[in-house]
Amino acid sequence: MEIILALSIGALTSSGVWLILRSRTYQVLIGLSLLSYAVNLFIFSMGRLRTAAPPILKDGLPETLANHTDPVPQALVLTAIVITFAMTALFLVVLLAARGLARNDHVDGREF
Amino acid sequence: MNELINHLAIAPILLPLATAALMVALGERRRNIKATIAVISTLVTIIFAVTLLNFANSQPPGSAESISVYLLANWPAPFGIVLVVDRLSALMLTLAGVVTFAGLLFSIARWHRVGLHFHALLQFLLAGLNGAFLTGDLFNLFVFFEVLLAASYGLVLHGSGTPRVKAGLHYIAVNLVASTLFLIGASLIYGAAGTLNMADIAARVPGLGDSERMLLEAGAAILGVAFLVKAGMWPLCFWLPGAYAAAVPPVAAVFSIMTKVGVYVILRLWPMVFGIEAGESAYFGGSWLLAGGLVTVAFGAIGLLAAQDLPRLASFNLLVSSGTLLAAIAVGSVGVTGGALFYLVSSTLAVCAFFLLIDLIERGRIPGADVLAVTVEALGDEEEDEKDGADPVGIAIPATMAILGIGFAACALLLAGLPPLTGFVAKFLMMNALFPTDAGAAGTTIGPLSWTLLAMLLLSGFAVLIAMMRAGIRVFWVPLESTVPTVRFLEVVPIVALLLISATLTVQAGPVSRYMHATAESLHAPEAYVRGVLSTKRVKPQGQATEPAPAKPDGNGAAPDKGAQP
Repeated sequence: MEIILALSIGALTSSGVWLILRSRTYQVLIGLSLLSYAVNLFIFSMGRLRTAAPPILKDGLPETLANHTDPVPQALVLTAIVITFAMTALFLVVLLAARGLARNDHVDGREF
Repeated sequence: MNELINHLAIAPILLPLATAALMVALGERRRNIKATIAVISTLVTIIFAVTLLNFANSQPPGSAESISVYLLANWPAPFGIVLVVDRLSALMLTLAGVVTFAGLLFSIARWHRVGLHFHALLQFLLAGLNGAFLTGDLFNLFVFFEVLLAASYGLVLHGSGTPRVKAGLHYIAVNLVASTLFLIGASLIYGAAGTLNMADIAARVPGLGDSERMLLEAGAAILGVAFLVKAGMWPLCFWLPGAYAAAVPPVAAVFSIMTKVGVYVILRLWPMVFGIEAGESAYFGGSWLLAGGLVTVAFGAIGLLAAQDLPRLASFNLLVSSGTLLAAIAVGSVGVTGGALFYLVSSTLAVCAFFLLIDLIERGRIPGADVLAVTVEALGDEEEDEKDGADPVGIAIPATMAILGIGFAACALLLAGLPPLTGFVAKFLMMNALFPTDAGAAGTTIGPLSWTLLAMLLLSGFAVLIAMMRAGIRVFWVPLESTVPTVRFLEVVPIVALLLISATLTVQAGPVSRYMHATAESLHAPEAYVRGVLSTKRVKPQGQATEPAPAKPDGNGAAPDKGAQP
């Protein structure tokens, strides 16, 4: 499980970085989205990977992390998803405005 | 009294937030009402900030009372989010309020008309800034960063037009990447230390094992990169001159505090987490900070000398001040940090005034300020404005050029660090701390570090002076038949007020530098902060008494991997 997660975070991050460095605004947008997915997975993994462990206290189980999964990263991921989603939408609007004003989709607004 | 102050801690966030929400509901047509509300709200926020400043100043430095902790929703410290008022945050709150107020007043004369929702965005920005200065929680800091960044994206685009949208696109992309780095850094620190509370992180660093220490340092480094993007350290600063030069003048003026947010976080976290108590991690990254600061100053100075237009000149001034601050913080001594805090206030006020002044000066140079007129027309709500007079606010002031010239000279003195204004006092304080009077005696020597910083302070001041003099000659003396710009009273008020504040700070340099010194002392001796935050007692719902704070988490909340071993 650890290897699969690490590989997927790595694949998402490298694709994201590659796309951010491209010259088309839409590629940059997709790159930012991929990067934010990678970051969300990464935050999640910082609570350590567990299976079949509830994030909230359960009757009968001692209140230690040996029996529960860490709930804090899950809450953080939720916040991060909302914020990055809003920011991506905002970037999309600016992207469209830039596209309309410059009449092309180069990040610098002009072709070389 | 203490109770009241405690609740006052959240007011600088709530008031602008509520005002902004109200303004969105008011709609775009009632711009005058919104301007009035914005002025009142910002003024009250400044009053709150000054009250907190006075409160922080009245407490002895280093004592547990010198910080006031506000437990949100009454959750005890390491578990809930805390707001912390100490000298540093009170100082930054006041500075943010003053700078925002200056930009707001200036914009009312004309600039708030060139786009939508200007006042609401400005209030959101103020709320985000205040939140970032107050919070004592790393993830909450991220949230407030996003609030202030979201508002700043809107403000950069205010007025629209191709150059602004282009610069705005770059600005947003860079800051989104910085935000992802922020998240990675914060989660790494959580993974290593098992907490997001700044004071709790500082308390746990000395006891970390080797593998966790490595994770924590990696997280801190990534987090540092995110803040340094905001602070504009070279090579993370190439977005800054373009974005600031493209933004409308009042927005650029308010943004002079934005780079200081990055500096603030480093000032808050670095001495606390990686102070002398951190054991093996002590002064982690200090040499990077120092080198980065020095290179930033060099880059800023070269940019200053090469800048062809005034907005770029002001942007590079910002870079020079950021670099100076980072290098001074990296020294890690109380005296230099105290001087750096004075410099932070002085340079922020000066750059803010300079950005506003540039607009008035350029107006005389570009015939008729026609670009603006076109933008206003294109937006199509000119009719309403003409009804209440095309120039609704204030009267044209006499002796315009004289006032602008004096303002320009004062800005140049402040930024270059020449006497008699605060720029000089601040630089002198830093130099004085670099060369203690007892050096030379009793085997203490002055190291190469002090000489390097001295050279940096003097040479950067020299570069600023050359660039400002050249610009001043070109603007004020060379043109023979320039048109005198029509400047309204309301546009001069904020500039004069900012410069007067600088003058007052010069006259009151004694008490102010004592305040800065006490701030630096408490930053470098964070035990009081850590103890104060972690030992804050919850308020009982009935409000008669307080119950003891629960003991520190006994392994439950500790680094998650300890308990996670099956």
